Parts: sequence; structure tokens; C-alpha cells
Amino acid sequence: MSPIAEYLIAGLLLIGGAFTLIGAIGLARMPDFYTRLHAPTKATTVGVGAIMLASISYSSYQGAGIDTAELLITVFLFMTAPVSANILAKSAMHLGVKHMPETRGKPWDQ
Amino acid sequence: MLARIGLPQPFLSLVLFLVWQLLSDGISGGSVVMGAILAWALPLLTRGFWPERPAIVKGWLLPLYVLRVLLDIVVASLAVARLVLGTRKPRPAFISYPISLEHPLAITMLASTISLTPGTVSADVSDDQRLLLIHALDVDDEQEVIDAIRQRYEKPLQEIFQ
Repeated sequence: MSPIAEYLIAGLLLIGGAFTLIGAIGLARMPDFYTRLHAPTKATTVGVGAIMLASISYSSYQGAGIDTAELLITVFLFMTAPVSANILAKSAMHLGVKHMPETRGKPWDQ
Repeated sequence: MLARIGLPQPFLSLVLFLVWQLLSDGISGGSVVMGAILAWALPLLTRGFWPERPAIVKGWLLPLYVLRVLLDIVVASLAVARLVLGTRKPRPAFISYPISLEHPLAITMLASTISLTPGTVSADVSDDQRLLLIHALDVDDEQEVIDAIRQRYEKPLQEIFQ
């Protein structure tokens, strides 16, 4: 493998790892349920996206041609992540989970 | 015309065919035949679950929209990362967003886009599909968020779906 490709793949892996870590830190640091909900959606979008790109470029350097099956993982993840976030938020509103007092606006009554 | 030869949803068939090619190990004669069979059979078998005719009018605008959303995800992720690592407290808000889209699929796409872009999660759609409840992580001005979503996402979606 050429050094340029190696640096590129390593860089992508680092970016992916960093964003996944930030997502986890956010999950621990954010003050209430709704703000915590934002952290994991970040980790999936940019973190997994970058790791997938790294994986695709690595396997296409190794084998012949571009391995596209990994692209589907990203696509399906992008389709399912919003749904799970939506369901979590909905059930939180249904249960009347407390939100931080600085929050402007109100959740709807279910 | 397409419906008469057993393709009630040409767009769905195309997507199924492409996904099957991506899933199978390289494009070969077998995967093309299998993909064609699936693309023909699945829309027919699931016809009962699709109550409305698909409404994508200007499909060629979709890649442009996806590209813009991906770019926004990267840009907004950096802002959220800074917020997570910084010491400033977030200023969250619940925002009621008035939807002007009508097709259910378009509304789903708008809500998913809002959830995917960091900093906003769509929490609920009102029963009459006129309002979307958004939880934003860090906002100065609610109106700004509403305007940004309208300009960047809803307008293009409206053009695609009509």
C-alpha cells in the first residue's frame, strides 16, 4: 500500500474514533435526557461514516475493485438512527422525563 | 405502462436491484438475474403495504440534496463537538416547526434529515401532520433555526416531491 493511502486511512480512522469518543463523552456530560439524545446521533453519523470510508478504502486497496457492501451499512444506519432517536424522544415525552430548567419551549402533551 | 408489466413501483424496483448488486460479491450474471427477480417480486408482494403511489417527481435532485445534508452533518458535528468538550452550558429549546410539505414520505425525509444533522432531533409530528416538534441542543433564536431548516431542507424537498 502506498504511504499516502496509509495516511489517509489512518486519518479517517482517527476522525471516526474521535467523533465516537466525543459522542460517548457527550452522553456522560450532557445535563438532561433530551440533550443527551443528541450525543449518540453524532457518533453514528460522522464517526461511523469516517470509519466506513476507511474500511472501504482499505479493502479496495487490498482486494480487487471497490467493496460496496460496507456502503450499505452506512446507508441503513442513516435510515434507522433517526427513527430510534425519534422513538426515544417520543417515549421520553410520554413519560414526562424532566428537562433542564433553561430549556425554552415545552414538549407536547401526549 | 410499467405497472402493466408487473412493475407498479419502478423507483422501488430500481433501488432493490441496486441494493442487491451492492450486497452480492461483485456483479455477475447470477446477481443480475437474482436482483431482477427480487426487483420484480418484492414490490408486487408488498403492494398492499404501500397505500399511495410514490410521489418523487424530480428524482435527479435527490443526490444533490443528499450531498448537501452530508456536508451539513460534517459542519454541524464540529460545532456540537466543541460544545460537548467546552465548558459552556448548552441552551436547549423545544421548537414547533410548521411543516408545509404534504406527502408523508417527504415529511419522513424532512424529520430524518433534522435528526441526522447534529444539534437537532425531531421528536414528534402532530396528528394532523402540520407541526413538527424539534429539540435543538444549542440555539440563540428559535426563528433562526426554523428559517434555516426551511431554506436548506424543506424547499429542496418540496421541489423533489411536489
